[in-house]
Amino acid sequence: MSQKERIIGGVANYVDERTGAAKWLNKNLKKVFPDHWSFMLGEVALYSFIILLLSGTFLTFWFDPSQRDVIYNGSYMPLQHVQMSAAYASTLHISFDVRGGLLMRQIHHWAALLFMAAIIAHLLRVFFTGAFRKPREANWLIGVGLVTLGIVEGFLGYSLPDDLLSGTGIRIAEAILQAIPVVGSYIAFFAFGGAFPGHVFIPRIYTVHVLLLPGAFLALITIHLMLVWYQKHTQYPGPGRTEKNVVGYPLMPVYMAKAGGFFGIVFGVTAFLGAVASINPIWLYGPYTPGQISAGSQPDFYMGWLDGLVRMSPPIETHAFGHTISWNILIPGLIVPGILFTGMALYPFIESYISGDKREHHLLDRPRNVPNRTALGVMSLTFIMVVLINGGNDLIATHFHMSINQIMWMSRIGVFILPPLSFVITKRICLSLQRADRDLVLHGRETGRLVMLPHGEFVEVHEPISAEKAWTLTSHEQPKAIPHVSEDANGVAKPKSLVNKLRSRMSTANAEQRPAATATEAKELEGGHH
Amino acid sequence: MTNNSIEKFQDPGLPEHIHRKADHDEKAAKTAERQVAILFLLSAVGTVLAIGSYIFMPQDVVIFIPIMGDQNAAQLFLGLGIAMATFFLGMGAVHWAKTLMPDTEVVAERHEFRSEESDREDFVATVKEQGGSAGLGRRTLIKRSLGLAGGLAALTPIVMLRDLGPQPKKQLETTSWEAGTRLVTDPGDRPIKPSDLEVGAVAQVLPALKDGEERTLENIGKDAVLLIRLNPSEFNLDSERLSWTHDGIIAFSKICSHMGCAVALYEQQTKHLLCPCHQSTFDVTRAAKVIFGPAARPLPQLAITLDSEGYLVAKQPFTEPVGPSFWERNTK
Repeated sequence: MSQKERIIGGVANYVDERTGAAKWLNKNLKKVFPDHWSFMLGEVALYSFIILLLSGTFLTFWFDPSQRDVIYNGSYMPLQHVQMSAAYASTLHISFDVRGGLLMRQIHHWAALLFMAAIIAHLLRVFFTGAFRKPREANWLIGVGLVTLGIVEGFLGYSLPDDLLSGTGIRIAEAILQAIPVVGSYIAFFAFGGAFPGHVFIPRIYTVHVLLLPGAFLALITIHLMLVWYQKHTQYPGPGRTEKNVVGYPLMPVYMAKAGGFFGIVFGVTAFLGAVASINPIWLYGPYTPGQISAGSQPDFYMGWLDGLVRMSPPIETHAFGHTISWNILIPGLIVPGILFTGMALYPFIESYISGDKREHHLLDRPRNVPNRTALGVMSLTFIMVVLINGGNDLIATHFHMSINQIMWMSRIGVFILPPLSFVITKRICLSLQRADRDLVLHGRETGRLVMLPHGEFVEVHEPISAEKAWTLTSHEQPKAIPHVSEDANGVAKPKSLVNKLRSRMSTANAEQRPAATATEAKELEGGHH
Repeated sequence: MTNNSIEKFQDPGLPEHIHRKADHDEKAAKTAERQVAILFLLSAVGTVLAIGSYIFMPQDVVIFIPIMGDQNAAQLFLGLGIAMATFFLGMGAVHWAKTLMPDTEVVAERHEFRSEESDREDFVATVKEQGGSAGLGRRTLIKRSLGLAGGLAALTPIVMLRDLGPQPKKQLETTSWEAGTRLVTDPGDRPIKPSDLEVGAVAQVLPALKDGEERTLENIGKDAVLLIRLNPSEFNLDSERLSWTHDGIIAFSKICSHMGCAVALYEQQTKHLLCPCHQSTFDVTRAAKVIFGPAARPLPQLAITLDSEGYLVAKQPFTEPVGPSFWERNTK
């Protein structure tokens, strides 16, 4: 036995005699993970979260979460002797007088943007491939929780420096609280410790930003990953991959090296952005005061869609019985986002209800093979894109010399027309792609080789595709619609007939498919003439 | 042909594994090993760069980088060093995994999560038996009192949040403006005479401070007023609102009636005020009527006049609350 083997054996023995972990560790070090680039999206989110914890901790060492009035006396000349909050002054201190402080601020902000972008990309991947289906509904719900908390956490984070831009965002948040019927002004006064802006919201949101929400993130992410581990990762369909197996690489050493290495790559990219790309230069905005504002005030991108919704809202308020209800704030600020996020959370259950499918699924869908779901996803994305673009309507107007009123009206109309249109178009594209798959399997791939037949006709030679490819393109399930049954065998009308009818109609739409090619068809074609 | 006789394509099984060059060619493996080592060394160089620039680079050197503009050299090289150190460390590990670690795909079995039927029955039996032994189902008095106590206990943390802030009382409805309050410049706190404003000019003003009073952000958030001077003939106001102006000078709350942003953009040509937050647009000549955007109410107008010394003063307080709407707001 070599020296090295003795040491490893000794450590293993020590751990196992105290925990009995040998069996469990042995099993899990050999755990198989399927490989696909799209499985990295969630990893990016995880790694940027770790970067956020590290860079955020660094920032807390100097940041002073206080709205105490101070006179700035640091090395940034343009703001010398200006009165400001301690929060803003300490952010200037971090940016100009702590070595690497600006870098860390920028890494923290870039990592936050990357975190949100990766979460959204991961969410879309999970949605479009149907990875949320049984048994993974709980993990979908946790994911929806994480994206919601991420939006709040990001907003609170960029509000902490107490600069003119972020203060404007806080003012808008206060107006949303204030608009809540009956209790709104009380909630706003309690949250801000009195009239806006007060002197307590920076310390309060600081606690939420560095303690409460990161704690919630850690808990949710841990459960999220444990479930992925326990339920084993999904995999894309292909030769040799079934609902009963996982094909991939073992955790040790391949995934340890790849995942650990990928963390380094994500950190490197974020650090590079933090080094060269300026982000949130708060010293240019000045300290917050409610009487001032800068033109082109923009939130970060994950808030932009909300801002765009608020911007396009029609000017409706109700004044009755001595009370005011601001529909122009409630609808875009609370009701529509509430409906969107609730719908997103419930989607796995809605789909399972419509399809009647209660089985486990570990093989992912190719988006084209589930046209309705894919179309719904694209429809939601289109909605978000329209309102996001409207969230930047002032910048679009100034950069492209367009009329802001026209952009606003285009989005107001577009937000109703474009999503359903994109649903129809996406569904058609999916069905066409299914037809293309069918053609490819039955007629082979185009070789680009032209042949002249004896009678002068030119034809392109097609080459049959491999058995692996044929299997990948034809192995997907083709669900049947649930027929509408309005009465049972004895002719007694079923209760909830309307619900059943609706379900059957949606299920019919859901089941619309072009039939996958079969071996029988391929043989028939081979036997006959092309 | 019936449905049953349709033959589907068959799963050909996992494709044959294709070996990498490094798997059988010792020379290729050596090359890969060297590549990994180079990546790791690049990472080490990055760390040296990072620590070196942290210690030795002066903090006030600014260098110009195309596209990115002026950059602080110390921050830039520190960041580039850290980026190199982590990026190449990661690249090295990934390259190592991809070229030299085993790349044969492994197949693991998956099992349905549903337990064996007997285990499920046992579980239900256990829950019934063990849970039943507590008698919660039978002892309704315990059940109800437990529900009551549990529900009430959850109230305490909510009640204890009460001292987060004071009640709003009339604070959302009132401002510092009173009859006779002088309009003063912001910044500068100088009283204003009509002659200080040319036609077409716009100024931000605040109420003059009383003795011993200090300017707070809470007050600015309600008191900020925009003063605009037009040609009196350009007004399109009813007689009451016209009497609130003075010689073409009209005053509006600067706090947006939509969500409270500062309505700071004034377009001289069209005489429109625009809020940069959500683009609500107000027509100054028609008492800040909303002509575009999500705001539902005009900006409240402040009645102004001259005092005995010829300075602009408020004729009366605002006649309606300024800023965004709230439930208790009782005026249209």
